[in-house]
Amino acid sequence: MPQLNRNNRHKVRFELNGRLAEGFAEPRTLLSDFLRHELGATGTHVGCEHGVCGACTVQIDGVPARSCLTLAVQADGASIRTVEGLAPEPGRLSILQEAFRRHHALQCGFCTAGILMSLDAFLRERKDVSESELREFLGGHICRCTGYGPIVAAALDAAKKMQEQDNV
Amino acid sequence: MKPAQFDYLRAETLSEVHKALAADPEARVIAGGQTLVPMLSMRLARPPLLIDIMRIAALKKIEDKGKFLRVGAAVRQAELLALEGLAEKQPLLAAALPWVGHAQTRNRGTVCGSVAHADPSAEIPLTLVALEGSVEVSGLRGTRRVPAAEFFTGLMTTARKNEEMIEAVWFPVRKPNTGYAFFEYGRRHGDFAIVAAAAVAEGDKVRLTIGGVADRPVARDFRERGKAALDKALNEFAWSLEARDDQHGTAVYRRELVRQIGAKVMEEARSCLN
Repeated sequence: MPQLNRNNRHKVRFELNGRLAEGFAEPRTLLSDFLRHELGATGTHVGCEHGVCGACTVQIDGVPARSCLTLAVQADGASIRTVEGLAPEPGRLSILQEAFRRHHALQCGFCTAGILMSLDAFLRERKDVSESELREFLGGHICRCTGYGPIVAAALDAAKKMQEQDNV
Repeated sequence: MKPAQFDYLRAETLSEVHKALAADPEARVIAGGQTLVPMLSMRLARPPLLIDIMRIAALKKIEDKGKFLRVGAAVRQAELLALEGLAEKQPLLAAALPWVGHAQTRNRGTVCGSVAHADPSAEIPLTLVALEGSVEVSGLRGTRRVPAAEFFTGLMTTARKNEEMIEAVWFPVRKPNTGYAFFEYGRRHGDFAIVAAAAVAEGDKVRLTIGGVADRPVARDFRERGKAALDKALNEFAWSLEARDDQHGTAVYRRELVRQIGAKVMEEARSCLN
């Protein structure tokens, strides 16, 4: 493929929450900035911008990853899911989002989108998760408000509800 | 924090990568990007050209080569960790990989990328040195395999030449009658270790490899028997690593961790022998 020149903006196209999205990016544009500034998907938040805080976590091809550690041009052709894609329909929250609301698992909400995207992927595979596994997994995220207790409670509650739903 | 400008080449073949590296000694390979992208954003690295190797099918393979597991440059850490029977094939890898970054970074970061970055506290270079594995590098002039102990030459410095890329790493598989153990201590799971240790016990010998103290992972064989003799040898080893103070811990603290964690993993590896 031809080399992408640093001074130009190049077409980047991927699936975003089930729909085709496209825009233009310089080679150096981070996926986090491309989502927010080019596509207007501002649900994804940008915290530390070097992969430590987890606020910008999205799902890339089904698995959680930091959007600030991926270049937009690297994501070309991928399937991206962001917090905007979690609710099943307008006015209705997902089981995980509903549990966060019930347990007051967010205060300022800055870290929430990233944590939801991580947990959404994790709980899909691991509905039988233990509290200690969950805490280790959440180690990839920083929350400065809640002290993590309500987040863990919400995630465990959501896992239980998802398990019940599977058994119906 | 935004990266400085660079050109970007999405390579489809190895020879494309080799040519691009030979044409510009400042060009850098990008794979998962989990260490390179933060360095770009902080402008600690300002390469004129990034060569993306993640779409080269030949690099995506984990191959069982009998006595070795050959892991290609586009294999993500999570993919190796999920390899069926990994704990049987190489228990040390299965023990160390969950300590590499977070699940969210292992989903993107590659095994070879961590080796290329050569952070002195990183788990994958440590494991490679502990197992006496090797690194396969290639360029226009051909392919060569460098033993791990010779590959890591200093702080984030390796024996790879500018015109070469890492094509794969070779991990020796589990040997019969051998015990393996890994442990590390850091402030938060997923952060770089303050001290990390791997032990491989075989016959009357235990090979202990320490990361996070010297400028690269350092290994030493211990044949000492009895607590007093072993403690003395461990203490000498801890001092030989020339620990330094930094914001994460003092040199005194690091030496103590080497003694404590070193003894712990050596005992654990030995106990696996029985």
